Order: sequence, then structure tokens, then C-alpha cells
Amino acid sequence: MAQMTMIEAIREAHDVAMAADDKVVVFGEDVGFFGGVFRCTAGLQEKYGKSRCFDAPINESGIVGTAIGMAAYGLKPVIEIQFADYVYPAYDQIVSEAARLRHRSNGDFTCPLVIRMPTGGGIFGGQTHSQSPEAIFTHVSGLKVVIPSNPRDAKGLLLAAIADPDPVIFLEPKRLYNGPFDGHHDKPIESWKKHPQGNVPDGDEIVPLGKAHIQREGADVTVLAYGTMVYVAEAAAKETGVDAEVIDLRTLMPLDLDTIVESVKKTGRCVVVHEATRTSGFGGELMSLVQEACFYHLEAPMIRVTGWDTPYPHAQEWEYFPGPGRVGEALRKVMKD
Amino acid sequence: MGSDTAPLSLNVPEPGCRPGDTPDFSDFEIPRAGEVGRPDVDADPDAIRDMAFSIVRVLNKEGEAVGDWAGALSVDELREGLRHMMTLRTFDARMQIAQRQGKTSFYMQHLGEEAVSCAFARALQPGDMNFPTYRQAGLLIASEYPMLTMMNQIYSNAEDPLAGRQLPIMYSSKAHGFFSISGNLGTQFVQSVGWAMASAISGDTKISTGWIGDGSTAENDFHAAMVFASTYKAPVVLNIVNNQWAISTFQGIARGGVGTFAARGHGFGIASLRVDGNDYLAVHAVAKWAAERARLGHGPTLIEHVTYRAGGHSTSDDPAAYRSKQEAAAWPLGDPIERLKQHLIKIGEWSEDRHAQAEAEILDTVISVQKEAEAVGTLTGGKAPSARDMFEGVYETMPAHLIRQRQEAGF
Repeated sequence: MAQMTMIEAIREAHDVAMAADDKVVVFGEDVGFFGGVFRCTAGLQEKYGKSRCFDAPINESGIVGTAIGMAAYGLKPVIEIQFADYVYPAYDQIVSEAARLRHRSNGDFTCPLVIRMPTGGGIFGGQTHSQSPEAIFTHVSGLKVVIPSNPRDAKGLLLAAIADPDPVIFLEPKRLYNGPFDGHHDKPIESWKKHPQGNVPDGDEIVPLGKAHIQREGADVTVLAYGTMVYVAEAAAKETGVDAEVIDLRTLMPLDLDTIVESVKKTGRCVVVHEATRTSGFGGELMSLVQEACFYHLEAPMIRVTGWDTPYPHAQEWEYFPGPGRVGEALRKVMKD
Repeated sequence: MGSDTAPLSLNVPEPGCRPGDTPDFSDFEIPRAGEVGRPDVDADPDAIRDMAFSIVRVLNKEGEAVGDWAGALSVDELREGLRHMMTLRTFDARMQIAQRQGKTSFYMQHLGEEAVSCAFARALQPGDMNFPTYRQAGLLIASEYPMLTMMNQIYSNAEDPLAGRQLPIMYSSKAHGFFSISGNLGTQFVQSVGWAMASAISGDTKISTGWIGDGSTAENDFHAAMVFASTYKAPVVLNIVNNQWAISTFQGIARGGVGTFAARGHGFGIASLRVDGNDYLAVHAVAKWAAERARLGHGPTLIEHVTYRAGGHSTSDDPAAYRSKQEAAAWPLGDPIERLKQHLIKIGEWSEDRHAQAEAEILDTVISVQKEAEAVGTLTGGKAPSARDMFEGVYETMPAHLIRQRQEAGF
């Protein structure tokens, strides 16, 4: 075990996978010599050579398109899109090609590919460095969508994603790279170096895809969250005194519905939290699923706390970002209803 | 605010002729066969820039094979090539009719473009990978892929290797070096570069080929493929099939102000040349040159195959609505099958009688295969793939939500 940041955990997952399998290749904008703008691939080029970790031209559809060709050849590309906000030029390659290759060729060709990208807000990144586009991927059949919330999970989930035989969208909440941010932006930054979830196992232990983690056990209300919102929800529970069960979904596709349903049946209440815009967000899907499976166990209408349906703003970041205040309000309301 | 200059106007290029006009290809510069020399396979792209504005041709008007690029194929290989092209044309004609008869939903034929894929296939080695568009089935025909399997796919019947999931003619066969056709335009071009990069990363000796149409060169994927191929010197042969028409849109809309599609390669430092796409010998010779260049580590080549789509884009459009009915006949590079046939007759290795006999044999074979496929089923009758199949293969292991949906659907 070693205490590390999420960045170090992600780098270590790359290192473990590349050491174990020559087929793992890593590329993207600035990932080679420099080691990535967030340093998640630092040292890999030096250690594994330029043909296994290299810089790519600024062309996201080219990065994903060439990676699909490499995966079809038999390699295991692990590629970085510098910010999730930059992935849109690659959307056609992801949706029309990577996601469907196995199905349309009846398994003749497959696409074992990991597409990593920093996601979410909280860093004053404005509309081009803050978006949370997970729902445009969960809507696509053939993709898996993963969002770790801590270093331990980041390493284990990334190793599981690399081992997976299908394309995985791996969203890294950039505000969590260095510490467990709870939404209190005016408080000093906490480091992973002292946090229990910053304690990362050595070696190649995976965290399986499709399994949620109960971050905080509770009896009164189930909070469904992922990424940065896990710590926001934890803070909101602590500050309101509501005994919330906070579930870190970790994988959105495939979703661990069993854990969700079991919890909601126990608590009878449910609040859904995400940073992404509300309309057609993943929260809508979660509420539908809970309604279908738990309607007769619900004691109050479900509530969702999300980013507003606006482009991600700059100066108004903390009015946009669903912080512990808004989540706490939802917890109080769902308990009154 | 006023301006001293005249109002601007938008330039929208128009083709030389539309329905009712007389086709006129007098502006189309065609070098004589044999005129363009064959450079060494390690030629510096800068040293052969003129090849992007000329056309490599081997067969002359008299049916003779002339110049540096001639002589690469034996007589037996040429006769086999003729048979491949004739088979593809007959196959297309039968499947086109089958679509009209309602036996399948959709079809795309190669009429006039048979030489491009049939001749190219011969330049590759086992293990190489093509990333084709929907108009390179000659790669399969010339690789002895079973016509029966192709028809089963077209009919989406119970023997369809793709289990009824994909549109007709979107074949896939890794074993035959034929990457799954997406049906999206351009996407596979950059994937071919990635495959070639993977071969280089792995220290392999295999190469790949990318295919794209004149219209789709306007897609971002074309540009992406060229950048990556150039940067990483990928062992790939990038083919533009310029058949003059993108459905109803003439090639000038995608080409814009540049002289030729091949010339786009110059900005990327990629060896770029044009070939007479209706000349089986020329296509093969150029493909062989580019494949060797890639395999020896000299980097990518961009080939513009200059040809003409004599039929509709697919079974869903009527070319008479957007171009002159006389245009195909007026196309100055002729018909690929007729030209190879005349060459073989010229050198005393073929005759009209043998040709007629071969045509009859091929038709018999195709009809008998068609009967076999239809005995299994067509899109509208016989044995169909299971409805259960649509839920399979979305992922390697079916996740819980798909199992639930399959149960909900009753399969």
C-alpha cells in the first residue's frame, strides 16, 4: 500500500498495465515527453519508449480513430483526451465506430480501448474545461462509462478498464486529482496524502467495473452520486445531520442497480446528484430506474440536484456547481416530504 | 459604412454537364499510356510531385501494355483478373435485381469501377488489412471470399455471418483482410492509419490500406488520417476512389480549388499519385509500388484512382435526375472489363468466343450460388437470424440491463 494522489494512482495503473503487457500503448496530446498536462502519464515514455507512449497531433477524432485501428489490430490503446470538453470532434469515432464494432461485425473485430478524459468543474475552467458529458456516452449502446472518485478506485478501475474487452470511457474528476473536494471552495485544500481512500494497494489489484461503493452508510435517504459529488454529498449529510446513505456509483454503464435498489428499499427516499446539466442528464435515468424498481417503497418524491441547464459559467462557478448547501437543502426537503 | 469595392458573391462550382446537356470531357487532361515513369519505391515525395497532376496508365487505345509500369502480371494472372471483374459485375447485376424484387433492402454496385478493388487486392499479402468503403467488394471477390457468404449477408438470412445486424454489403472478414464496413463515410480512413501504426509499434511486417471516396475526402477524418500517416510515417496505402460523383454531388464540390485530390497529399509530405482506375494493369502496378514502399518502411502513399461510377450511388437514387444519361458512355477512360479483354485479345491470349463462354459460365455460377443463398432465406422469407441475436455482441459479456430487455422483448 502507498499513499498517493489520484494523478499518481492513474500513472501507476498505466505503469502496471504497460509492464504486464506490451500491447498496452498510451498516447494523446502532450502525454509523451511532458507526461500530460495533469501529469497522469509522466515518466511512461522514458520507461517504455516512444513507440508505446507518444504525443499526438491536436486532433481528437484522429486520436480515437487511430486507436480504434490499433485495437482492431490487437493492441490495447489507452488514450487521453486532454479535457472531456474536447472530446466532441471524436464523438463520431466513439459512437459510430468504437461502440458498434463488435456488434456490427458479429465479433469478427473488437475494440478494447480506454479513452481517459478529465471531467467536471471546480477549477475555474469556464465552459471549455469544466463540462461533465457522461450522459452523451451512457446513451450509446456498446460503451462502458466509468468515473472514479478517489485514488484507490482510480487505479483499480483503470486497471479493470484496460483489461476489459470493450471500449471504456474513463472520466476523471479533475477537481479530485489532488484531494477529496467537498464543495467548500473557500476552505483550505485537503490532500489525498492523509485520506484513507488515498491509500492505494500495490500491484495489479482491480476494482471491478459495474460495482458501486457505499461511501457512507445511512438509514434515512439514499444519495446517488459519482465523481466529485460523492464528497459533496458526504459533507451535506454531515452538515445537515441527515443520516444519508451515499452511494458512489463508480460505473454508470453497466450500472450496479442491485446496490441502488437495495439501498432505496431500505431508506425509502432518494436524492440524485450530478454536476452535469439537468435535462436528459444521467440523473433522469437513475430516477426512472429507481421509480420502476422501488415505487412502492418510496415515501417521498425523489429530488435531483444538478448543474443548471446553462453552459458552464466562469465567474458564477459556485452558483452553478451543486455544492453541499444545495445538496443539504435537498436532503432536508426529502426528509420533510 | 460604405465600401469602395463591389459586392462579394459566393462561388458554387457546377459540373460540366447536367441532365439534357451533352457530356464534354475535353478539359480532362489524360496523358498517353506509358507516359508517366515508375520512380523507385523509396522516392522522395517531393521528387515526384508531378505525379499528383498526371495519371499512371499502362493500356493504350490499341490494347497494348506500354511503359515502365507494364509487365508486372503474367497472362494467367491477367485472365484471372478479368474473371474477377466479370464475376463482380455479374454478382452486382444479380443482386441489384434481387433488391428490386424485394429480396433485400438495399444494394450498391461497382459498375465501371471493378478494376480498382479487383486489381488492388493482388498487390497485398496475407495478413495485410484493408479498411474499405462500400464499393470495394472486389477485394473480397479477388481474395476468393465465398460469394455465398456475401449473398447470405446481403439477404440477412440465417447464414449471414453478421447475424442480420448490418446493412447489406457492409461485409466483414478479418480472415480475408477486410475490415468491417461501417457505412459511415470517412471514419475508416483514419482507422487504417492506426492499424498501420500498430503494425509498426509491434515490429510487424504487415501493412494496411485505407479507402475513401472523392466526396468523403472533405470529411475531417481524411485530414486526420493524412496528419497521422505523415507524422508517424505509417505503413499504409491511402486510396481515394474518385468516381466523379458523390450521390448527386459532382467531385468539384469536395475538391474545391485544388487541382486534383492527389495533390492534397503534398501539404503532408506524402507520396501522391494518380492512376487510371479503369486500367487493371495500372491499378495493380501502382498498388504494388505503394505496398512495397509501405512494407519497406518508406512511409505512406496517397493514390487517387481516377474512375467513373457508371451506375447509381445505390439502389436508392436515379442518376438520370442529376447527370446526363450519356455521360457514362462518354467517359474517356472507357470500361475496365472491355479494356482488359481487348488487351488479352491483342496479345493473343483471349478471344470474343472465350469471353462469351466465360460470361455464360460466370452467370451460371452466380445464379447457382444465388439459388443456394435464397434456399436459406432472403430478407423477406425463409430462415432469418434470431431476434435474440440483436442483443448479443453489444458487449463481450451481456450486462444485466440487456438481459432484462431481452426478456422484456420476449426472446
